[in-house]
Amino acid sequence: MTSPAAIIELREVHKSFGTQKVLDGLSLKVPRGQTTVIIGRSGGGKSVILKHMIGLIKPDQGQVLVDGQDIRPLDDREINELRKRFGMLFQDAALFDSMTVFENVAFPLREHSRFNEKKIREVVEEKLGLVGLTGHGEKMPSQLSGGMRKRAGLARAIALEPEIILFDEPTTGLDPLMTDAINRLIQNTQEKLGITAVVISHDLQGAYQVAHQIAMLYQGRIIAAGSPQEIRDSDDAVVQQFIHGRAEGPIEVL
Amino acid sequence: MTLTRPLEAMGRVVMHGLEQAGEILLLLVQTVLWLMRPPWRMRLVFKQMEFVGIKSLNVTILTGVFTGGVFALQTYHGFALFGAESLVGSTVALALARELGPVLTSLMVTGRAGSAMAAELGTMRVTEQIDALYVMAVNPVQYLVLPRVVASVIMLPLLTIVADYVGILGGYVVGVHLLGINAGIFVAKIIEYVDPEDIMQGLIKAAIFGLILSLVGCFKGFYAYGGAEGVGKATTEAVVLASVTILAADYILTALMF
Repeated sequence: MTSPAAIIELREVHKSFGTQKVLDGLSLKVPRGQTTVIIGRSGGGKSVILKHMIGLIKPDQGQVLVDGQDIRPLDDREINELRKRFGMLFQDAALFDSMTVFENVAFPLREHSRFNEKKIREVVEEKLGLVGLTGHGEKMPSQLSGGMRKRAGLARAIALEPEIILFDEPTTGLDPLMTDAINRLIQNTQEKLGITAVVISHDLQGAYQVAHQIAMLYQGRIIAAGSPQEIRDSDDAVVQQFIHGRAEGPIEVL
Repeated sequence: MTLTRPLEAMGRVVMHGLEQAGEILLLLVQTVLWLMRPPWRMRLVFKQMEFVGIKSLNVTILTGVFTGGVFALQTYHGFALFGAESLVGSTVALALARELGPVLTSLMVTGRAGSAMAAELGTMRVTEQIDALYVMAVNPVQYLVLPRVVASVIMLPLLTIVADYVGILGGYVVGVHLLGINAGIFVAKIIEYVDPEDIMQGLIKAAIFGLILSLVGCFKGFYAYGGAEGVGKATTEAVVLASVTILAADYILTALMF
């Protein structure tokens, strides 16, 4: 099998919701086995990009390629096969609140692995250990703090050891220590498992820390993509305004 | 221009209604298709059967007893005018078996379980739990909607049997013990006038009402949007739409069956 360097590629993707144009001819390549961080303003359509990658949203126009294959014409069964290669950490973790943390992490294993109960228990304990939640398995999601929920969501996302993990604002709303802890967790998971990670964030420190590639979304397009160093040295006024967090500049803030 | 405006508004309401009916039917089709495809999640079905059925027993029994009782009381005063007190029992039993049993049970379960379905699925929608199911390659129609619909279609007829039974019991207590109708006659007339078919048709109605209340509840929840407020709105709409649909369907089914 040929394996193109970009595991996920968005080509000229357009997407509108009602009259609001969210993605306007967006193109992006996600390199295999690396971490790509997408930065941009809140409400700018960053989550929409992730949802395109996993087929939750279909583009109005343009293509989404995974391993060089357009995912748009796939039927239910094929898209499910594709999704088994992905893990996703949602913004508020999206843990099933009718199940314990243990059952949440066990869920993908029960659905898609042929493991017996003993093996499932082993894997769940291992993943909970990886995210520092050993001993919290019997709690309900509502009993967890925001940071713990995200870590539990991460444990669930990596349960089946996917090739690609999508992170939707993994550090938003967390205190600085937890932010750093989650960023380290992303970095460690990515390095240890050799996966491809796509992270959506507006936490720039975190982005510099974890990213191999940073892509900036502005007005429905990726206006700059490159290594953290390249982004920092960019002479684009929009990028400079965003990474320095200034209210004045080409981006209209209010 | 101004003359056509009310027509436009009416047209919009009709269009919206038709659109929604279409979407609900589409959800039904999907549910039926998933019914034929493994895995069948018996555990989830049983859990819903417990929630829809067992946990609705109390409210069903209370509704049944009081409905039967008050119906006996009302008909007695009417029937006494022309000396037909002996028919109170069979009238109560017939009304319960054909109409009151299935309709009132379904309305109570709509309020209890249909609303809960809308609220639960709505919350899962706005907190991205439904997206999470998709992402984990599990179809939410199969995982969430199917067990609720199957459980409701099975449990509503069973609850209706209970409602019929305790309703007649309520009518008996009021008729025989409070109003002094002869117990033997009360029971004999029920046996004489109520056919098993009357009860069967009531149970068929109940199954269809179960389908309506679960499908509408799931539909409203599944497509909820707009945070906590959206979930509240979905829940209210589910109860109203399901109740009205049950009453309308009751008329149509009665016209077709009797």
